[in-house]
Amino acid sequence: MALDELKIGGMGASRRRVEDNRFIRGKGKYVDDVVLPAMLHMEILRSPVAHARIKSIDTSAAWEVPGVRLVLTGETMAARNLAWMPTLSYDTQAVIATDKVRFQGQEVAAVVADDPYIAKDACSKIVVEYEQLPAIVNPDQAKDSSAPLIRDDKVNQDSNKIFDWEIGDKEATEKAFADADVVSSLELHYPRSHPSPLEPCGSIADFDRATGKLTVYMTTQAPHIIRAAVAMVAELPEHQIRIISPDLGGGFGNKVPVYPGYVISILASILTERPVKWIEDKSGNLISTGFGRDVYLKGEMALRKDGKILGMRMHTTSDHGAFFADAQPTKFKIGLMHSTFACYDVPAAYLTSDGYYTNKAPGGVAYRCSFRVTEAMFFQERMIHAAANDLGMDQAEFRRVNLVKDDMFPYRTAFGFLTDSGQYAKCLDLGLEAIGYSSFKAEQEEARKRGKLLGIGISTMTEPLGAGNSREYDIIGIKMFDSAELRVHMTGKAILRTGAKTQGQGHETTWAQIVAHELGIPADDIVVEEGDTDTAPFGMGTYASRSTPVAGAAVAMVARKIRAKARKIAAHLLEVSEEDIEWELGRFYVRGNEERGVTIQDCALAAYSNVPDGMEPGLENNAYYDPPNLTWPFAAYICKVEVDPETGVWDVLKFVAVDDCGVRINPMVVEGQIMGGLTEAYAMANMQYITFDEEGNCIGANYIDYLLPTAWETPGFELHEVVTPCPHHPIGAKGIGECATVGGPAAFVNAVMSAIEHTGVRNVDMPLMPNRVYDAVRNGQDVSGMPPVRVD
Amino acid sequence: MTSLYDEVQTPTDGVPTRRVTMTVNGEKRTVDVEPRLLLAHLLRQGMQLTGTHVGCDTTSCGACTVLFDGRPVKSCTMLAVQADGHDVETVEGMSSASELHPVQEGFKQEHGLQCGYCTPGMMLTSKALLERNPDPSEDDIRWALSGNLCRCTGYQNIVKSVLWAAEKMRAERGEDA
Repeated sequence: MALDELKIGGMGASRRRVEDNRFIRGKGKYVDDVVLPAMLHMEILRSPVAHARIKSIDTSAAWEVPGVRLVLTGETMAARNLAWMPTLSYDTQAVIATDKVRFQGQEVAAVVADDPYIAKDACSKIVVEYEQLPAIVNPDQAKDSSAPLIRDDKVNQDSNKIFDWEIGDKEATEKAFADADVVSSLELHYPRSHPSPLEPCGSIADFDRATGKLTVYMTTQAPHIIRAAVAMVAELPEHQIRIISPDLGGGFGNKVPVYPGYVISILASILTERPVKWIEDKSGNLISTGFGRDVYLKGEMALRKDGKILGMRMHTTSDHGAFFADAQPTKFKIGLMHSTFACYDVPAAYLTSDGYYTNKAPGGVAYRCSFRVTEAMFFQERMIHAAANDLGMDQAEFRRVNLVKDDMFPYRTAFGFLTDSGQYAKCLDLGLEAIGYSSFKAEQEEARKRGKLLGIGISTMTEPLGAGNSREYDIIGIKMFDSAELRVHMTGKAILRTGAKTQGQGHETTWAQIVAHELGIPADDIVVEEGDTDTAPFGMGTYASRSTPVAGAAVAMVARKIRAKARKIAAHLLEVSEEDIEWELGRFYVRGNEERGVTIQDCALAAYSNVPDGMEPGLENNAYYDPPNLTWPFAAYICKVEVDPETGVWDVLKFVAVDDCGVRINPMVVEGQIMGGLTEAYAMANMQYITFDEEGNCIGANYIDYLLPTAWETPGFELHEVVTPCPHHPIGAKGIGECATVGGPAAFVNAVMSAIEHTGVRNVDMPLMPNRVYDAVRNGQDVSGMPPVRVD
Repeated sequence: MTSLYDEVQTPTDGVPTRRVTMTVNGEKRTVDVEPRLLLAHLLRQGMQLTGTHVGCDTTSCGACTVLFDGRPVKSCTMLAVQADGHDVETVEGMSSASELHPVQEGFKQEHGLQCGYCTPGMMLTSKALLERNPDPSEDDIRWALSGNLCRCTGYQNIVKSVLWAAEKMRAERGEDA
């Protein structure tokens, strides 16, 4: 009899997580928990100013501090050709500054000592003389012809512009605008934010002179990319580099890039011939590592009177900081911004983009986002909201008219993406029903009598998750596929390794469920390992919600290879031909004689003790999976808020999330991802931003200035699901990790706008802090553009 | 914290130390520490109790929360010498080898954690809450945990985890079972 899939922890089981067994006992192993014999400690000295020429650095007093083993400056790095390193966007980035500092927090020196306190003491003894230059803190300043050149280190760089880029059909779009009855427009800023995992970045480099092997424990979401990058930057042979990413205290895109601290710790270990640990403090993390967003977006929508969208044109201007270090696929300069409006039937579209250097930290990482998709979908849903209002149409009705219909798949978007599945209208209707949309108008009227303003905001979107395919997507030339390796031991237990890297998503639990689904081996009998490049198969890591779409597919495919071999073994054991063998979960049996069968465990034992003549022994295999397309989950997020016009404070009365991420491997884990993502969406809409004063000082360098929501403010979320399996994924799953962060912010903002737009306000830029909402209501005017600079 | 095998290192010669005695997870410990050493660092590096995590260095995130005479404190901004004569409980002290504390069980059952970095602090704050308020409302829990940040879960499941633990603890005491 076939096994009960839920009982063995297979697909669809809300299996409790196996990783929790160590985390709840405080036995997780994060980088800072690793202690190696004779280990030294490194601390980085960072620039206090945003833009300055370094006139001199005096490290003599630092060397005098007892316990100091090494002091490194840009000169130390330059002597080994390591003062600069390549970024993931084909630019260069300073490892330790040699000529100028280009943002506040940039690395100017490092000290290696017997303990971290001594290293910090010695950093304070280093004297750096700066000649300050004007700081450029936004693209408008960067564009100015009199602006100082930030990247005077680069040959042929005569302005602060990084790129111009365009995509779409300009002529067809112009024609759409010529045919339009109404043209609606919107301009907004998506402020700079920081992914800010609770655990900061860090590394322990351990170079063994005797064997030539470099082992680096590192907070990285993509250990194999790091191995390749270290091989290139440090010119070490790849087989002698071992990157180990242990437990990660969150990542959210922040732990994808290569940071100077990693590289400096590696050189420090090579020079001292001892392990060197570097653990960043929170300020270091917030002011120097990969930020998200910081894009100015504007666009126009061509509309027919009846509500049909005819065309869309858009321009983005992005602020990349001092080095163009976006972690994104090579072909696309502004990530997958052109996935915007993918859930709507928009016949013509055209997007232009330009990007600039500023005296701010580099990054532009995909913060819980599939490469600028968060900005794309936020603009999309704010634009849709504005356009519906301009037409005088109901928000839900306007979306219903323009959403891609179920029978239109596969659907080619105006920018060339191929969306393949979904039930968009069903998701929207489910959400509207759950929020009580039909009675909202009456509620709003009633609340106004109490002096309160009610609003409802809708955000519907599909997004491209799970890059590649490898034809279109690569990072520094490495194609974006992924891998899994499965070894079934003779007692039917197994070990699975993948090239992804969990940071809280629960791979150790859910990957085993996929194997259980494919092979009938109970999930508890399968151990999952990731993050060690010496043992895991090559993979591109975990970000952009690509684990389940790519590595998860590889897991299913390798399990199927194992099943195919087990079938041959079963035929041998049952003494029938392979064609006469049937499969049910966990067991092969003889067609027509269900009683006669062997379990997958019987086959595993036989693989090591009784294989048919001519068959290779063992039951192990690996699979590389190159997805034929991205996966396209859909979400309808609907939010109801109450705004107090006297204070500008807004409260979420109800939030409904309808997610269609295809087949759910572990519903409990999926819901955890959605709630976490919605909280980050709420954070960005409400409080979480990083700004700079005119001198380039980062305002948001600690958790006192950079506000993150606590349990107290965070609203509750009501979750619903629709399941449209992905047509090309082996188990029908789609990405889910970031849908809520991508689609969520517009639901909050649209809700607040809906509450206050009767005063004439069209847009308030995020974060919607009470003072900004209050000003908007009081003046009946937009609050747009640069985020506010706090002067307190 | 010197042991039989520790090399006497020149740099620490002449650095003033203080002898402090504290109870950590029920065990009396005596250590010589620099007066500036933070409690979090003593626990993590000196006593290898690495379940206490350091997140923000500014008393904001609560990843370093320990129970100090039964009350949650943030050990990243407390000096080790301030613990002299006091009782400190870390996540490692919550469970015995065979038995988990109901709060630990609750976090696993209700998916109250993802990356696990905030979890020890969250659980210790929750334990202290349940000791003074065995039947907390959702608001009580949210307020009590508002000094502990989580970037992964969105808190909803953490609240459920604490409610789960509260119910189990009440049942164990024979109340409303």
